[in-house]
Amino acid sequence: MFSILSTIWRVFLHMFSRRVTVQYPEQKPYLAPRYRGRIILSRDAEGGERCVACYLCAVACPVDCIALQAAEDAAGRRYPEFFRINFSRCIFCGYCEDACPTYAIQLTPDFEMGEFHRQNLVYEKQDLLIDGEGKYPGYNFWKVAGVAIGGKAKGEAAREAPPTDVNSLMP
Amino acid sequence: MEAAFYTASVIAIAATILTITRSNAIHALLYLIVSLLAISVVFYTLGAPFVAVLEVIIYAGAIMVLFIFVVMMLNLGQRAAALERRWQTPAIWTGPTILSALLLAEVVYLLVRGAGGETAASVVEPKQVAMVLFSKYLIGVELASMLLLAGMAGAYHLGAQQRRKKEVQHATGADEGRAGAGGDLVHTRTGGSAGAP
Amino acid sequence: MTSPFPFASIFGILFAALIIAGGLPWVERRVLALFQDRYGPNRVGPFGVLQTLADAIKMFAKEDWVPPFADRAVFVIAPAVLMVTVLLSFAIIPAAPGIIVDDLNIGVLFFLGMSSLGVYSIVLAGWSSDNKYALLGAMRGAAQMLSYEVFMGLSIMGTVLLAGSFDLVKIVEAQRGLWFVVPQFAGFMLFLIAGLAETRRIPFDLPEAESELIAGYHAEYSGMKFGLFFVGEYLGITLISSIITTLFLGGWLGPWLPPVVWFLIKTSASIAFFILLRAALPRPRFDQLMALGWKLMLPLALINLLATGAAVLAWSF
Repeated sequence: MFSILSTIWRVFLHMFSRRVTVQYPEQKPYLAPRYRGRIILSRDAEGGERCVACYLCAVACPVDCIALQAAEDAAGRRYPEFFRINFSRCIFCGYCEDACPTYAIQLTPDFEMGEFHRQNLVYEKQDLLIDGEGKYPGYNFWKVAGVAIGGKAKGEAAREAPPTDVNSLMP
Repeated sequence: MEAAFYTASVIAIAATILTITRSNAIHALLYLIVSLLAISVVFYTLGAPFVAVLEVIIYAGAIMVLFIFVVMMLNLGQRAAALERRWQTPAIWTGPTILSALLLAEVVYLLVRGAGGETAASVVEPKQVAMVLFSKYLIGVELASMLLLAGMAGAYHLGAQQRRKKEVQHATGADEGRAGAGGDLVHTRTGGSAGAP
Repeated sequence: MTSPFPFASIFGILFAALIIAGGLPWVERRVLALFQDRYGPNRVGPFGVLQTLADAIKMFAKEDWVPPFADRAVFVIAPAVLMVTVLLSFAIIPAAPGIIVDDLNIGVLFFLGMSSLGVYSIVLAGWSSDNKYALLGAMRGAAQMLSYEVFMGLSIMGTVLLAGSFDLVKIVEAQRGLWFVVPQFAGFMLFLIAGLAETRRIPFDLPEAESELIAGYHAEYSGMKFGLFFVGEYLGITLISSIITTLFLGGWLGPWLPPVVWFLIKTSASIAFFILLRAALPRPRFDQLMALGWKLMLPLALINLLATGAAVLAWSF
């Protein structure tokens, strides 16, 4: 009997306590820069695609929501011919970002991607590719990798010595 | 007031006839409720609002609910309705109908011959009802209360007996079940459980 | 016996009751949210006032479905019975001197009679749905309302004894010196609990208990027939609150403000208390409910009635 009355009184006192609801569309919560939201593909400082179509993200993806097809341009740079993420499957685990060797695929603090039709949740490459560098500015994979591409021979990358001529006897 | 009286009376008679002829028990009871409500309106037009409301509270509101409750529990389906329809042969209903028709003829005769305008001669207050009940008809009230007390004691006795028996049965049933399972709550065929004696 | 402006009173009280009952779902959700540190519906219109309207439009637009296995006629009648009995009960409530539909000299008994007829809507809805959960809900509803009606009537009789009349206007007039909540505090508490059980509000909402019976007796109802049950429940809360106001809280009596305003203030406070109970209390088990009714409430109501009778008798000598 007393516990019932005290319950009623305590619930009544809650009338004067602060409300915990976040008024969402007007009042947005703070999201950390490393928040795992919408997935994007970034470009390097020169505006070239960072993605080298190595398939590591597709392999790492636990729900198999990433599909892509590798291609190579005239300069010898690999790029994805198409890059498709099915966001109705994606669980935003961030494994693709961890797996990516070129910082191309990144998760961003944006989660407002509701759609009325499920088909609209399948993002193509033009939907994913952004014009910026994302979380890692200044990084360019082709500048540090020892791969020869058009305009850059082997040994010309940053912090790279010229290749050793194995046919020469000279040290 | 007179129009209300006659309308309510016609409704009461019609509803009662429908009560008798329905084969679905719940529908019959619903018509009976309508009939009781109509009778309460009749009481009201006759200047007895107290009795009218008591009719609604006790008959329509309490006793009929118990009837419906029981019929609902019995779950009479289509078969019961069919059976009821088969039982209602002319041989069964002619006798009561003739008797009721005689009564009806008598009532009609009285209505036609008598003054008939006796509705709402004076309104009877609850206080007057109480005065009469507890002075002139005191013996009747006391007898009725004794009867109700006896009924209550009997119902309590029956309920208590039933409950005691059920408790005993439950206890033994649980014990037997446990003994059959080798003393364990989880029954394993293969045996070898530590609890098995 | 009737008021000077019968039609104005009838339509006034009808519209007031329906508007209050229509607005109550929104009020209840907002106040419940207040007790639970949330906001409640606040999107449709200013402060979400139009939420009820939106819900009503939704309910009208829904398919009004009668299950093929249901007893059609009874299924349709059941929600109407609830509305009719509750709305008829509003006829005897005096909102202010002169604002009353019919000043019956047996007003209290009329209210009891109508509330006892209200059981039928639940019983018939549950039975005609031909659904086992609905039937279980109907069983519970019938048993609960029948048992709580008994001491609901007995708990009111104390005030009737003090006022010396079944007439609600006379009962209010008798409270000019002292509200009956003081001399009849036990009766007030008993009536409050019985009223909760009669309106099937949350501590006693066993007939519809959504966690065990889905929705109980109205499990099969949709569209506006469900809407009738919904509005009927809120009308019932309004009714019980106004009866509490009239019988125990002095009705329209109060200083400075006009009588109608006092009546509305007291009724709203009572409704708010009902909502607070909904926010605070859990639902008892069904056997606990019945035991509470018959083993505690009924004896208490009888003792209260006896004591009041003895006091009135001693006073009159």
